[in-house]
Amino acid sequence: MSTTLQQDEVAKHKQENVMLSRVAGSLYWMSRYLERAENMARLLDVNLQLLLDFGQVADEDMKEHWVPILKSAGDDEQFFELYDTANSANVTEFMTFRSENTSSIFSCVANARENARQVRDQISSEMWEVLNEAYLFIKGSDAQKVWASGNGASEFYDQIKRYSHLFQGITVSTFSRAEGFEFLQFGKYLERVDKTTRLLDIKYHLLLPKVTDVGGAVDTAQWQAVLKSTSAMEAYRRFYVADILPWKVAEFLIFEDSFPRSIIFGVQQLDEFLHLIGESPKGEYRTVGERRLGKLLNRLSFTTVDEVFQQGLHQFLKECQEEISAIGEWVYETYMYYAPVDMEAEIRFHQQQEQQQQ
Amino acid sequence: MLLNNYQTEDFYDEMFEAPGVPRPHYAGVAQALGDISSEDFVNKQTAVEAAFMRSGVTFTVYSDNQGTERIFPFDCVPRVISAEEWDVIERGLIQRIEALNLFLHDIYHEQKILKDKVVPAAVVMSAKHFRREFMNFEVPKDIYVHICGSDLIRDRDGNYLVLEDNLRCPSGASYMLENRAALKRVFPQLFSSIGVSPVSTYSTALLDSLQYCAPPKFASDDHPNVVLLTPGVYNSAYFEHAFLARQMGVPIVEGRDLVVRDYKVYMRTTAGLVRVDVIYRRIDDDFIDPSVFRADSLLGVPGLVNAYRAGNVSLANSIGTGVADDKVIYYYVPKIIKYYLDQDPILPNVDTFMAGVPEDRSYILENLDKLVVKSANEAGGYGMLMGPWASKADIEMFRKNIEADPRNFIAQKPVSLSRHPTWTGDAFEGRHVDLRPYILYGKKVTVTPGGLTRVALTKGSLVVNSSQGGGSKDTWVLRQPVSR
Repeated sequence: MSTTLQQDEVAKHKQENVMLSRVAGSLYWMSRYLERAENMARLLDVNLQLLLDFGQVADEDMKEHWVPILKSAGDDEQFFELYDTANSANVTEFMTFRSENTSSIFSCVANARENARQVRDQISSEMWEVLNEAYLFIKGSDAQKVWASGNGASEFYDQIKRYSHLFQGITVSTFSRAEGFEFLQFGKYLERVDKTTRLLDIKYHLLLPKVTDVGGAVDTAQWQAVLKSTSAMEAYRRFYVADILPWKVAEFLIFEDSFPRSIIFGVQQLDEFLHLIGESPKGEYRTVGERRLGKLLNRLSFTTVDEVFQQGLHQFLKECQEEISAIGEWVYETYMYYAPVDMEAEIRFHQQQEQQQQ
Repeated sequence: MLLNNYQTEDFYDEMFEAPGVPRPHYAGVAQALGDISSEDFVNKQTAVEAAFMRSGVTFTVYSDNQGTERIFPFDCVPRVISAEEWDVIERGLIQRIEALNLFLHDIYHEQKILKDKVVPAAVVMSAKHFRREFMNFEVPKDIYVHICGSDLIRDRDGNYLVLEDNLRCPSGASYMLENRAALKRVFPQLFSSIGVSPVSTYSTALLDSLQYCAPPKFASDDHPNVVLLTPGVYNSAYFEHAFLARQMGVPIVEGRDLVVRDYKVYMRTTAGLVRVDVIYRRIDDDFIDPSVFRADSLLGVPGLVNAYRAGNVSLANSIGTGVADDKVIYYYVPKIIKYYLDQDPILPNVDTFMAGVPEDRSYILENLDKLVVKSANEAGGYGMLMGPWASKADIEMFRKNIEADPRNFIAQKPVSLSRHPTWTGDAFEGRHVDLRPYILYGKKVTVTPGGLTRVALTKGSLVVNSSQGGGSKDTWVLRQPVSR
């Protein structure tokens, strides 16, 4: 008897399960921004450490090191409007703390939190609290403080990465596996695939001090840095138990489907979550977005690293990047975006409708 | 220890009936405070503030351009209300909301109370929030006010008086719930030993009331789609909107998420347009529909009022309730209770004079320096003159305003307001408090046992509003009477 009563109570409170497009958009961006912050933190950390290996570096060499990194984030123009020299202190300040730089870690964390704030009722309190803490943490720090502290910048970037990992773990263990989760994961993998293509591409821009250095200590250190920037160093070692070879690194980061930051892994995840979002059965490709993603996944599955190098690594990565970005836009416009209301037209419409009634 | 030097002075003190002698229902709290050191107390206070900051129970200060976020000041010492006192408060509030609801129905229909000259017709007709467009409009189940927060104060003898009714979009319920959660962490052992009524029933009762007022086409076992309409993330009460929506499990929407077609309201979702049946709106009448009310409102939903009029969507609270929390109507509430219920008010009003009545007006103008003057439609402590503390210039400004528009002003003798021990950073001192309980009108009227106790943190101040430096306390209603 009491069981029936309780069921009635539940039924009474059950609402139609829907998700506002705006909410889906906020979850998607929240997730993308946090992933972006984490990648940026790793990128900066790795490159600071890489420079330590080189000992004293002249300003001109320093510039050659940092400019490709600024370029990969598309931030080089703005940087030179604000700073004269591209040395470590300036670049890290710009890419970590400057609010004018929309892709700085600060901006990313602030944006992730702002999006979370818009959907606080949708995410778990624990998810919100981590983002809020991350924001308060970075807002309470600045470049001088970080550089002056005992462990230098590393400890700071580690903390940012920890917040991101904590957030992901909390999401997995406190967030319902419903539509919101799908948008959140889709955003995360979209951002991650984009960043992996860019990190791999930095090596293309990086000029070696001398041509003879190819395969030398500097070259190896740089490829190692690429692996570390994608958290792939240990996984790569376990997989190949060998030297750091450029084509092996590329193969690993593009094609290794057991590694969660590889391009193919990310594209597989995107394919899966897009099917969940569109409620399409696995293996069927019903919408434009699903078809394009399917094609990209096919291409990745049927291409070898030799073919990639024949085509040119840079060209291949650029094509992947552009395709991913186009798919992302399609998904955003299809599921998350509504053209803003034209308030005046809407008001006129309803006033006219009223007059016809009277 | 902490309370050894506490002075009650010449006020009604909530906790002490004489210096060093706690009232019986405060015995448990007084003892707990006696047992801890000031260091421990400061630690508890700091822990609560840090928890509020971390969970984002904050409001944003935009004036400094930094978007700085602050927590609402919170005082760890709970305000305790005995079971006997609460019984009176509860009955008084239920009586009041029932009478005001009947009043709203009457003035939007037959207007008997005006014809019988109990309330002057001119007072209602000239009220800023009277919506004549809604004459003879039927609201579901005849309920106008679904959510009400009334402000109570206590005079020098400890009598509870109603200071004002808030019948439009009363706020603060989320702080009642968050304050309780905070104190449970700080004084866990006290709750079980003292016997405090839970407040957590509020969100379920709120959802029940909202579902109950669904459009008539819903049978009682249907599931109407309820949403909470917020002005948006930059509103200072946004935290509360998100909090309540989450507690109820309903979507929180902004105006731009809704669209009206064929007199029906829809929300824009990832699966297309989905029908909305009940809107708990936290936007005032004026801003709710720019095609009917203020055209410059960017917060509202064009067409919403027409959908409401067509009976396709319910609003809580209904449109036009503001006329009944007008400060001039307030003066008539005891008569309103008598008229509709044939009862004397259980909770009296504060003695009030109306500038619109000639003999009252001359009394007010002669005693501006002794009275509290309020304009009829302002809330949040604005548009108010505190005569005994006001500057000459302010008094003269109010004199001019009253003479120009007497209908818009009332005056009250200042009530000394009860005080409560409050932590000032190094000691406990008495600070003035009020009480805002929350009343929900659904299938029946419920008053959540507790409420928001607001405290004027500035020494001597009587203004408890959060917008003007007020803080808050958790409010405990005891389950059992305490014997002496």
